[in-house]
Amino acid sequence: MFRNSYDNDTVTFSPTGRIFQVEYALEAIKQGSAAVGITSDTHVVLVALKRNAEELGSYQRKITRIDDNMGLALAGLAPDARLLSNHLRSLSMRQQFLFDRPLAVNAAVASIADKAQSNTQQYGRRPYGVGLLVAGYDEKGPHLFEFLPSGSMLEYVGSAIGARSQAARTYLERNFDSFEKCSLEQLIIHGLVALRDTLPQDKELTFQNTSIAVVGKDTKFTILEDDAVVPWLDKLDSTSRRPQRRETANTNENNEEGETTDITEDMVDNTESTESTNSTGSVTNAENAEDDNANANSSAEGDNETDPNDRMED
Amino acid sequence: MQHTQEKWGRPRDDVYGPYDASYLNSEPRTQTLQPTVTGTSVIGMKFNNGVVIAADNLASYGSLRRFIDQERLIKVGSETVVGVGGDVSDLQTIEEIMEGLEISESYDEPAQSLTAPNIHSYLQRIMYKRRSKLDPLWNALVIGGFKNDEPYLAFIDLLGTTYTAPAVASGFGSYLAIPILRKLVDREGDQQNVSKEQAVDAIKEAMKVLFYRDGRALDKYSLAILSKKDGKPDVEILKDVRVENQNWSMAKQIKGFGTQDE
Amino acid sequence: MSRFNPYGDSSGGSSLAIAGADFAILAGDTRHSTGFSIDSRDQSQIADLGDGLFLTSNGFSADAKQLVDDLRTQIKWYHHNNNDHKLSISAAARTTMMLLYGKRFFPYYVNPIMIGMADDGTGAVYSFDPLGSYDREPSRAAGHASELLMPFLDNQVTFANQLDPQTGEPRKRLDLDLQTAVDLVKDAFTGAAERQVQVGDTLEIVILTKDGVDRQYYDLRRD
Repeated sequence: MFRNSYDNDTVTFSPTGRIFQVEYALEAIKQGSAAVGITSDTHVVLVALKRNAEELGSYQRKITRIDDNMGLALAGLAPDARLLSNHLRSLSMRQQFLFDRPLAVNAAVASIADKAQSNTQQYGRRPYGVGLLVAGYDEKGPHLFEFLPSGSMLEYVGSAIGARSQAARTYLERNFDSFEKCSLEQLIIHGLVALRDTLPQDKELTFQNTSIAVVGKDTKFTILEDDAVVPWLDKLDSTSRRPQRRETANTNENNEEGETTDITEDMVDNTESTESTNSTGSVTNAENAEDDNANANSSAEGDNETDPNDRMED
Repeated sequence: MQHTQEKWGRPRDDVYGPYDASYLNSEPRTQTLQPTVTGTSVIGMKFNNGVVIAADNLASYGSLRRFIDQERLIKVGSETVVGVGGDVSDLQTIEEIMEGLEISESYDEPAQSLTAPNIHSYLQRIMYKRRSKLDPLWNALVIGGFKNDEPYLAFIDLLGTTYTAPAVASGFGSYLAIPILRKLVDREGDQQNVSKEQAVDAIKEAMKVLFYRDGRALDKYSLAILSKKDGKPDVEILKDVRVENQNWSMAKQIKGFGTQDE
Repeated sequence: MSRFNPYGDSSGGSSLAIAGADFAILAGDTRHSTGFSIDSRDQSQIADLGDGLFLTSNGFSADAKQLVDDLRTQIKWYHHNNNDHKLSISAAARTTMMLLYGKRFFPYYVNPIMIGMADDGTGAVYSFDPLGSYDREPSRAAGHASELLMPFLDNQVTFANQLDPQTGEPRKRLDLDLQTAVDLVKDAFTGAAERQVQVGDTLEIVILTKDGVDRQYYDLRRD
């Protein structure tokens, strides 16, 4: 079997200018269940899908509070996210302690993005295996940032990360015009609809697997879970019914995008689709047919064989 | 040859003299044990639309009038003034710290606003940290600015002690200026009934009394007037302000020290 | 050459706490002074720690501020690590003791008093010495007027060393009702402000019951 010689560390570029360990880290995010974030001009909403490793096991928490003005949703390795959120909590308390003011959202995300970047440029280090949607409110208003292990941080009106998040992003792209003037209630519903679009056909949003968090003007960061989610799921049902999905929905979506030159996008959808559709989507396009991609591809197929419930990413 | 092991490898007493162990009993290392070149009082009061702060331009070396144009009001950020009394070299340290703060704050894009409560908190942590290291910055600080469009005035000393009040003063000012300023603003809220002109007059009057009675004061001072114009902060620092209408006729009446004519 | 003294005499005036069967009261004046100079007439010394806990720390006020901020940080971490579980007053008191004793060899020069509702629904007052020794008590006073306030509380709250004139037995401690306790606090501070120059301006009272928090303000002598 072919072995990729450029993916052993984060300090070696492949001849095509890629750093594979970083790309694998981005894969870890797509193994995790989805999280969606949306902003209006007053609030930010995070919604996330929780998974339990076993039927009798507890659900992994997806949303963490950093402080009264900030919180985050994670997709990928939850322990890595715990480390990062503890760092942010320290930072937030330090800002309060030193300057008597809340931590600005961009400063917070820049800090963890710098940590993530240094992991991509030092020998012997591992990139974080987690993506974060950081939601916060500061003197400049509501903010939603996406953090990635590559060290990138980008601000969004709406964003989604995690398994099958492309479906959510498609929904957000079609509706983002209306977000700005949305009420908090409408914003949460939009978030839930987007999150629901990421579900495979045999799954539903339930009060057990859905987390909602809000933050904004005069609203402290609040996480809704379990019973507190029920009324929102009821509202979701009364406002919009779930459209019947096509059999090959996810592969078609990728084709619609047309821009999915990134091999990783195919991988994730394949991984997830073991539950419903066949993973024919793993055929790579011309650009990905290079030798040093082959291994990435085969590893993706390897993932397909594992039971989705056995994964450690959430 | 020395035959006792404990002497091995040590400098020989007959060559170098006996070991000097006195450092073992010395005091811990400290920096400022006492101020050297000092500025005297800083005073400040609130009015209905802002804050006035004043500090004279004298840096004394003991009782010597060493430097007569020392600026002791520092503008920090766009809407805050810090008045500094006490050791002048420590004042310069604080000036550098404030400069560093402004620079590091400007890195963030978009930059967060840096207001008086932020600067007050930061300076208090610095002063308390230094006193806890037994290496204090020997200063008294008066911070004036705004908090949510309301006037903000605070005081910090070299121990990190801090409080806010509508009228604050350091050093002799706390005995001589405070009674004059409290005629207008005794407690929080009183500033609502005080105009900018009244506040400036009161501060000028207090600076005059301080020049009369404080031997380390100068009749040349800086006056910072911070106010809100159409919701925007406006910081005006008047330099080389003089104590006007001085009347020293009473000086002749004072007997008991100094050169006497009779 | 004299050594730099890291402790100062800047402080809030006095504070006082009374625990009842179903309430707790914490009171303090709002005067802040350094020596005989009044720094501020409106400096509240009662810190709201969240979770229905309130704290005053009389003594050196820079240390008092540091202690409160440390405690707030500890409580924040407790919430982060324990799913926002409410911190009981007994745990908060132990944390305060750890912070105080942690500076055993460079102590916080303060006498903290903490109030809250205990797990069994009774009002709780915990008081501390600067090194961290602490106990739950029926009442406690601290600060410049503690020598004036504490005997008054001993006499009116705990009936210390009083005999019942009928039976000659030690007088039994009654559970104070809230109004009586508040009146006691007001009288105590009126008296303290009369005789102690560092006490005065405004009396701030925090009253804790099962229904929540009530804050009251009363004028004191202002000279």
